[in-house]
Amino acid sequence: MRKEIFEPKIVCFACKWCTSAGADLAGTLRFKYKPNGIIIKIMCSSRVDPQHVLWAFKQKADGILIGGCHPGDCHYQNGNLKTMRRVMLLKKLLNDFGVEPERLHLEWISASEGKKFVKTMDNFIEKIRKLGPLK
Amino acid sequence: MKRIGVFICHCGVNIAGTVNVKEVSEELSKYKGVVLSTDYVYMCSDPGQKLIIDSIKNHKLEGIVIGCCSPNLHESTFRNAVKKGGLNPYLCEIANIREQCSWVHVEKDVATTKAIKIVKSMVEKALRNKPLQPIKVPITKRALVIGGGISGIQATLDIANGGYEVILVEKSPSIGGHMIQLSETFPTLDCSQCILTPKMVEVSRHPNIKLMTYSEVQEISGFVGNFKVKILKKARYVREDKCTLCGECTKVCPIVVPNEFDLGLTGRRAIYIPFPQAIPPSYTIDPEACPGFFPIACGKCADVCEANAIDFDMKPEIVEEEVGAIVVATGYDLYSKEKIAEYGSGKYPDVIDGLQFERLLSASGPTMGKILRPSDHKEPKEVVFIQCAGSRDPELHNAYCSKICCMYTAKHAMLYKHRVPDGRAYIFYIDVRSAGKGYEEFVQRAVEEDGVVYLRGKVSKIFQENGKIKVWGVDTLTGKDVEIDADMVVLAMAIKPSKGAQELAKKLKIAIDRDGFFSEVHPKLRPVESPTAGVFLAGAAQAPKDIPEAVAQASGAASKVLALFSSEQLYHDPIIAEVNEEICSGCKLCISVCPYDARVYDKEKNIVTVNEILCEGCGACVSACPSGATQQHNFTDEQICSMINAILS
Repeated sequence: MRKEIFEPKIVCFACKWCTSAGADLAGTLRFKYKPNGIIIKIMCSSRVDPQHVLWAFKQKADGILIGGCHPGDCHYQNGNLKTMRRVMLLKKLLNDFGVEPERLHLEWISASEGKKFVKTMDNFIEKIRKLGPLK
Repeated sequence: MKRIGVFICHCGVNIAGTVNVKEVSEELSKYKGVVLSTDYVYMCSDPGQKLIIDSIKNHKLEGIVIGCCSPNLHESTFRNAVKKGGLNPYLCEIANIREQCSWVHVEKDVATTKAIKIVKSMVEKALRNKPLQPIKVPITKRALVIGGGISGIQATLDIANGGYEVILVEKSPSIGGHMIQLSETFPTLDCSQCILTPKMVEVSRHPNIKLMTYSEVQEISGFVGNFKVKILKKARYVREDKCTLCGECTKVCPIVVPNEFDLGLTGRRAIYIPFPQAIPPSYTIDPEACPGFFPIACGKCADVCEANAIDFDMKPEIVEEEVGAIVVATGYDLYSKEKIAEYGSGKYPDVIDGLQFERLLSASGPTMGKILRPSDHKEPKEVVFIQCAGSRDPELHNAYCSKICCMYTAKHAMLYKHRVPDGRAYIFYIDVRSAGKGYEEFVQRAVEEDGVVYLRGKVSKIFQENGKIKVWGVDTLTGKDVEIDADMVVLAMAIKPSKGAQELAKKLKIAIDRDGFFSEVHPKLRPVESPTAGVFLAGAAQAPKDIPEAVAQASGAASKVLALFSSEQLYHDPIIAEVNEEICSGCKLCISVCPYDARVYDKEKNIVTVNEILCEGCGACVSACPSGATQQHNFTDEQICSMINAILS
């Protein structure tokens, strides 16, 4: 029997100013990437509340990608750094919830980095594919 | 439940080519709350917009989701259409199924499934959206310009001529900046003072301009349209309105200190005027150089001052001003010679920097325009000019190109040859960058008409030997070492942001780049705006610039200020935080994460409120709030979680 390929479900939180705009650029340049991730556009990555992440895992998201502006480029001065701290802390907690910390990933993607958005998304999907479905 | 209308755009084949738009529309028509789901070939066209407007009325829609291109393109188009249909524009949401779906996927079924999820997630958001009103903010129609160099002067005059009041703050005793120190300006070789002093005089006489020299911005609070500024007015100890510029005071002053206007090439007295055409036309007492006046230790200047202009009792004062816009034009400083060991760390008197050479060339300079070297006042016959001193050197100094040095070095060599026809001028360069109107021709003229010798290569060492300055370099075009016994060396030092730029950036809450220059919002499309609304940038404070570019940017910044002042009110995006006073426990966590001081503790109620005008709507406080008391308008936790549900269903 042929084994079916696992298609992970990815939720991507992307800030309006950088990462979502970078994803738009990827589209404008017609780069292709895997369709497993769907973007929720927020004003700043610092709007991502740990409870959103936990909620998404509870709803059986296989992976969560958070995209923010590069340090120093945040539209809101330093929202991205707050996100970074929250993500670091959250990763430590995820183990206790039985979720592999690798299922949460934070990346700085600027509005000009369409290519980086595509690479990040594709690599993340592959990483989660290898990890398998969330148990 | 809200009545939602879903409109799927084909965008010609841009969306419909990869996404089965009919299927999306049909699938959505079954979704909760959706009372109308339809598609159209070009939703942004007039008939497309009309379809939306009519549907709002015909189907009594209470929320709109449009599946189309990126919100960056047509969100405002559709929100305006929705407004025309009689609905609050903030009830309209864009589901990006072009840039983030149809354009990045190939297989139609996969792209269609994803598009359905994207639109569903936006329906979830739209179901919970609240009507919002842009927040009205008043404007104070006065501007503050920081820095009185050519950029600041230009911006000030443009705003003042536009009919608004301007406060120009300059930290030194006179306006004029570095440009007033220059001799002649490339590529036309017109005298810098001759073209700048009329503008300086205009500044001092303009009815709309309040000039504050010898003053520094100490504190800035507020936001676009409503800044409050505290300016420190240092004590000049000379009454500007009484000083007649007779100059008797300097004749009797016993103190001599290095003259910063001539970059240490000459001395000045403790009571001084930076240069004869200074604006305001007044002497100033340097309190650090003066032997003291508490009690008066010398007082000779006051004795001879017939105008009674000297006032030892003058005190520094803090002036508070309210302005609506700020132009930052703090200019540049030169990278210090001391930092380059191979060029003598600044210890050889005849190794000078470009600005010092400008003073030697200047008709009003220490040598009246004669080229005499500082050490023995002899005319140098062999002069070596070194470009990129501290620039384009990522390992040791600055990685960036200082932009103006190629041109001014060509000018220096040319002017040197005009003054010393039998002298020899060598220029060591990495590249000659002469992009600009008439610039390349100017460099060619230096080579062809004035016989300046260009050597492509870097200088490895400079040292003194037998009264000469030995210059060891290499000519990479011939591959040979070059050794020159020079009489004088002129270093084209790198351009650095002016001293204090970093502190000012903190006060203004604007960003600086890795080199310390002020960051613009967008390097190409918004080059004169800082990331903080209402704060604009002009001149070399943003990046190294020559005079025409600095003037152009200053006028650009001024036009932005004038555009801001042309509206009666400002509108602020209402996607901000709000607090449920019942739930808030006053823990103040939100205060610590807010970068805008928009969260304010109300002691009486023991809650933390939101200043609607200051809040920029990042949402950081919302996710920091442990009780969920703070929510972001139209980005509530409920909305985000239900969007997650739709994506994962």
